[in-house]
Amino acid sequence: MARDLLDGKPEAFDRFVDHFSSKIFNYSRLMCGHREDAEEVAQETLLKVFESFDQLHDPENVRAWVFRIAKNACLMKRRKSTYAPDRELSLDEFLPAWSSEKDGLTKLEIADWSSLPEDQAIRSELRRVLDETIAELPAIYRTVLLLRDVEELSTEETAQVLDVNTDAVKTRLHRARLFARKKLDQYLREDGQALRKVSG
Amino acid sequence: MSSHKHDENCRKMFAVLSEYLYLELSADACREMETHIGGCEPCAEFTQSLRKTVELCRAYQPQDMPGPIAMDARQQLIDAYQKMLAARRYRLP
Repeated sequence: MARDLLDGKPEAFDRFVDHFSSKIFNYSRLMCGHREDAEEVAQETLLKVFESFDQLHDPENVRAWVFRIAKNACLMKRRKSTYAPDRELSLDEFLPAWSSEKDGLTKLEIADWSSLPEDQAIRSELRRVLDETIAELPAIYRTVLLLRDVEELSTEETAQVLDVNTDAVKTRLHRARLFARKKLDQYLREDGQALRKVSG
Repeated sequence: MSSHKHDENCRKMFAVLSEYLYLELSADACREMETHIGGCEPCAEFTQSLRKTVELCRAYQPQDMPGPIAMDARQQLIDAYQKMLAARRYRLP
């Protein structure tokens, strides 16, 4: 896509703008928390992209480059966040609840994930839970989850966007996933059971 | 709910589960994980739940879509693009 754009191929501009404007908007809305800010970030990012395309040394690296510009625009834009304040997530807070028993065995409390429903209504319920979960994640973890698991950038690309090393990306991603898993597990154990009965 | 002998291996596994799921561990560490998970039902269940969490994140589509780009803003982008192409043509032999 970036190569076509650099070569001035017809349709390349429209394809690039359509593709990245929604991606940047989604990322920015979830990072900034405000729709208006996200629209501005998308516009500012695309303008900066076209103004500084010469600084893109490797067209294959375009996604990381665009998201890096978007991330910086978000940082400039971030007003009082409506989202969770920054804090470190510790691995220990996501350890499953183990409880020792007299026979030396340990019990693990976990929802039944094997029957995760395919039903569209429940899928949309899960998306709502995921919306809330992403909003609750501290920003340094939220951005990694969005880039790695939602946008599916590689570990290396994500490290470039965020200016951190790949170990930091892996650590933050794992904690963000554990955070999301815990929230979804809570939902499946509480509301999810009722929802399955209604739909089933 | 499952029961098993909970030991230090479970905690070790827990710390690197994402790397295991997405093949970022060394071959030796990966084999060690497989052996542990193969014999530890709760850890296998936990691994499955984390895998499904990632699948849900990858399928996640926010519902709030951006509005169309305003005409003047789009023109600004087109101008910047044309300028970039012109500068590029000028530099190319």
